[in-house]
Amino acid sequence: MKGATGGNILQVRNLEAWYGESHILHGINFDVNAGEVVTLLGRNGAGKTTTLKSIMGIIGKRTGSVKFNNQEIIRATSDKIARMGIAFCPEERGIFSSLDVKENLLLPPVVRAGGLPLEQIFDLFPNLKERLSSQGTKLSGGEQQMLAIARILRTGASFLMLDEPTEGLAPVIIQQIGHTIARLKKEGFTILLVEQNFRFASTVADRYYVVEHGKIIDGFSNSELAANMDKLHAYLGV
Amino acid sequence: MQALYAQLLVGLINGSFYALLSLGLAVIFGMLNIINFAHGALYMMGAFVAYFLLNIGGISYWWALLLAPVIVGIFGMILERTMLQWLTGLDHLYGLLLTFGIALIVQGVFQNYFGSSGLPYAIPDQLKGGMNLGFMFLPVYRGWVVIFSLVVCLATWFLIEKTRLGAYLRAATENPTLVRAFGINVPRMITLTYGLGVGLAALAGVLSAPINQVRPLMGADLIIVVFAVVVIGGMGSIMGSIITGFALGVIEGLTKYFYPEASNTVVFVLMVLVLLVKPTGLTGRAA
Repeated sequence: MKGATGGNILQVRNLEAWYGESHILHGINFDVNAGEVVTLLGRNGAGKTTTLKSIMGIIGKRTGSVKFNNQEIIRATSDKIARMGIAFCPEERGIFSSLDVKENLLLPPVVRAGGLPLEQIFDLFPNLKERLSSQGTKLSGGEQQMLAIARILRTGASFLMLDEPTEGLAPVIIQQIGHTIARLKKEGFTILLVEQNFRFASTVADRYYVVEHGKIIDGFSNSELAANMDKLHAYLGV
Repeated sequence: MQALYAQLLVGLINGSFYALLSLGLAVIFGMLNIINFAHGALYMMGAFVAYFLLNIGGISYWWALLLAPVIVGIFGMILERTMLQWLTGLDHLYGLLLTFGIALIVQGVFQNYFGSSGLPYAIPDQLKGGMNLGFMFLPVYRGWVVIFSLVVCLATWFLIEKTRLGAYLRAATENPTLVRAFGINVPRMITLTYGLGVGLAALAGVLSAPINQVRPLMGADLIIVVFAVVVIGGMGSIMGSIITGFALGVIEGLTKYFYPEASNTVVFVLMVLVLLVKPTGLTGRAA
């Protein structure tokens, strides 16, 4: 069990962020409860990835408030944030070419007890077990995505941030990743997902926030998705 | 024939210093992206620390092998914390100029107090004398330098290529932001890596002291050749630096035997050829 389901685990208030001179986030507000899968939806360049990076502390300049388990982390460095139990899987996957699959998998240190043991990870991603000695970047796109998710599961982090895990993947792999996220939710992980593919997101998410021009402009639960479909099409331009 | 073996031995000994120094440079370049021109001065400091330990503290060569790299390594870590860390993300030229300036200051200070002539450092009693191998006479200390350097080089290679710590180093070389987001204190790791690279230079300095004497400019004479070695081996390549270091020492030795006039330039001729054919170096990867 990763956390008490229902309790507020992440609270983001008036989050602003900059890349150099460019002001990207203009006051983001949202909450994530323990055990939930929350999805940030939005068009390209809306600020979804920047929101995750700001929470993780890897954006140079950010202001506002980010509380994780009621602890303020807006001024914390990314290594300290990781050690508090937040894990980040970047959009570009971040597989290291100088490391083999096993080294990539074992790279993130265990930050607390409760991470998935390797057997359970191989149960989730059987392909990885067969390719442990391959160079990380020699894997297929789907396998690299699995590796990127797998390596943060053994760290003991309770809160996972996944940035577009389905981008550029074949439908069958997307389905597999969907099953994995559903299983992780059952295991008690809390997941903050960034997705452009809301059809995929609808299979795993409990709630949605829509990001536009660096702000949250709407939010609804999965049960309200059907009623909000027209609005969502307009937001995402699909 | 005796002369050929003698030159081969000299080549292997020079190769040992090239390998240790270029290995330190490769580690520092890989992790910090800094072309560390202060490396020769730090090598010289290693020899001087050994000299001070012996003549002021009465501390033997054996302890100096451990203490000098630690002391000079700490000096290097202070340099990294106070100066080099501010160059992160800037063009290589800034690091090169800063470390070149540091080298000039350090060498200048030592020259001011100790002049330019060499200070003697005796070979430890246990390594005095020589062995008759039948085909040549091998001074024990020189054999020790070659074997010990090889062991240190291979141990460093093992540390970087085969351990968890080495995986952190290699990963942080590729993407320090992500490695830090995994919970690893990358700035501290960078400081320790610089300390390790500097420590290797200082160790080479201690090994060199009984052979070459202790001189303020001993590093300045060597560092240009070592940079050529690193360029030939491939910037940032660990095994490439070790193999090229020893190989070029031997090639230099053989040139001294067969065509002595070219012995001082053979490394640079090879560098030019390698740069023409494979600009990333023999074992380097394209950026």
